Amino acid sequence: MATFFGEVVVAPSRAGVDDEEWAEEAREETPEDREIRRELEKKRYRSGGAARPLEIDVLWTLKSGPSLGSSADQPLVCSELIVAIGHSAAAFLSSFILDSVCWEVVGVVKLWNEWCRTSNTTNVLPTDSFCLFYRLISDPTVLLCQCSCYVAEDQQFQWLEKVFGCMQKEGLQVTILSTCPVADYKTQESTLTLPAPFLKALKTKEFKEQICCPLLEQPNIVRDLPAA
Amino acid sequence: MFVPCDRGGGSAGSDFKGFTLLMPAVSVGNVGQLAIDLVISTLNMTKVGYFYTDCLVPMVGNNPYATAEENSMELSINAEVYSLPSKKLVVLQIRSPFIKNKYRPFCQTLLSWVKNSKCARVVVLSSSHAYQRDDEQLLGTPLRYLLTPDLEKAVGGLMQELNWKEMEKVAAYPGINDTEKVLHIPGGGITKLLFTESCSEGIQMAVLLKFCSEGDNIPDAFALVNYLNEWLQLIKSEVNTSSQWKIPSSWRLLFGNGLPPALF
Repeated sequence: MATFFGEVVVAPSRAGVDDEEWAEEAREETPEDREIRRELEKKRYRSGGAARPLEIDVLWTLKSGPSLGSSADQPLVCSELIVAIGHSAAAFLSSFILDSVCWEVVGVVKLWNEWCRTSNTTNVLPTDSFCLFYRLISDPTVLLCQCSCYVAEDQQFQWLEKVFGCMQKEGLQVTILSTCPVADYKTQESTLTLPAPFLKALKTKEFKEQICCPLLEQPNIVRDLPAA
Repeated sequence: MFVPCDRGGGSAGSDFKGFTLLMPAVSVGNVGQLAIDLVISTLNMTKVGYFYTDCLVPMVGNNPYATAEENSMELSINAEVYSLPSKKLVVLQIRSPFIKNKYRPFCQTLLSWVKNSKCARVVVLSSSHAYQRDDEQLLGTPLRYLLTPDLEKAVGGLMQELNWKEMEKVAAYPGINDTEKVLHIPGGGITKLLFTESCSEGIQMAVLLKFCSEGDNIPDAFALVNYLNEWLQLIKSEVNTSSQWKIPSSWRLLFGNGLPPALF
C-alpha cells in the first residue's frame, strides 16, 4: 500500500497475523537458544525493559472468619461476587457502595505490564492502578472486586484461573460491571443522537433473575477481562 | 480443551467419530471465518460445545446467528463447536486473534483433539495475500487447495475431476536457487503450521484458500464457500448458488454505524 508521500507501508491485517512473528518462531530453537533467550528476558525485566513476568499473584489478607479459607486449604465460600473492571466501574463502587464501616479489604492482585503496575498498599488513591477484594462484614460470603488496573491479553486467563481457583463455584452468582466507549457501539443510527450513557447486559442462561436493562444486541461484543 | 454444551437429550453431542471437521484459519480478510459463518447460519447448525483455551483473545456477545427474539439470548464466545450429524459435519468457529506466542500450543492441542475425537478428516478454510502472487497466479482462478498425503490418496482424483488448482510451492531462496521449493502461505495465519503438522502426523487434512486483500471480504467468503460446496455438496448447487447461503444477523453494520444527519 502506497501513501501520499510515495513510501510503501504494510497494511495492518484484520486477521491479526504478523508474518514476521511466524517466521521468527518457525526457526527451530536449540536448548542453547532457549537458555540465551531466558537470560535476555531476565535481564530486560531487571532493567525495566519490554519483557515482563506473566505471573500474577493473588494475596488474601484474611485474618479471621471461619467461612473463608486460603487457596492452600479450602476454597473461599462465596455466594455473590461483584467485579468492577476499569476506572469508571471502580469509581462507581467507591462512590456508591464501598465504605470503611461495612466493607473490609481481604485480598489484592499484584501484577505488572506495559500499561500499569498495581500499587503495593491496600490504602489506594482513586488515581492508582489497583485490584482489591473487599468482603461485606455483615455477610462474609459477599465479595467485591475493584479492578482499575489494565490486565493485559496474555494475563487475563491467568487472572481468571487464580481468582476463581480460590472460590467455591456452586451457588456463586457473579456480576461484572464494566464500561465501553459509546463510539464503539454498533447501531443503525449514528451514536451522536444516542442518549448516553446507557446500560446493556449479557447474561448466561443459568442467570434467572430480572435484568434491569436491555440485552446487548448483535453485532456488539465485549472483549478483554470482562469477556474472559 | 473441548467443553461440551449441556444439551439434555445428548443427541450425538460430542461424538465426532468419522465426521468431517470444518474450521477456519484466522487469516487475511478473515475470509475463512466469514465462510464458516455462512455454513453455520445456512445449515442451521446446533452448538455442541466450546474450547476453553488461553490462546485466543477473550470476547463474548449474544447469539450471532439469531433469527428472532427467542434465540437471540444465548451467549457466544471466541471458539465454539457446531454439529450437523445428518451430514457428519462438525464445525469449529474461531472469533478472535491469537494471543502472542500462543498459536503453536493451540495448534498442538487442536490436532490432539482431532485425533482423540477420531474425526475422519479436517478441512481448513483460509486465505493468502493477493499481492504476493507471482505472474502466473495473477491469471485464472484465485482459489487453491492443498491435501495431506493421506487425504491425497482418498480424494486426489476428485480434485482432478473438479479441475481444481493445487497451491504452488515457491522457491526457498528466490533469485539465488530456484530448485528448492517450499510451501509459503503469506497472510494465512496458522494454515501452514496446521498443514505441515498434519502431514507429519498422518492426519487427513485439506486446505481450501483464496487469494484476497483486506477490504469488503464478503464476496471472497461467498467464493470460498461455493468452492467448498463443489466438493462437499453441503447445499444443492443450483445456477445462482450465492443466493442459497444465509447471511447471519451479526454481519450487520460491518462497516460502522449510520451517519449523523448533521454531517450533510
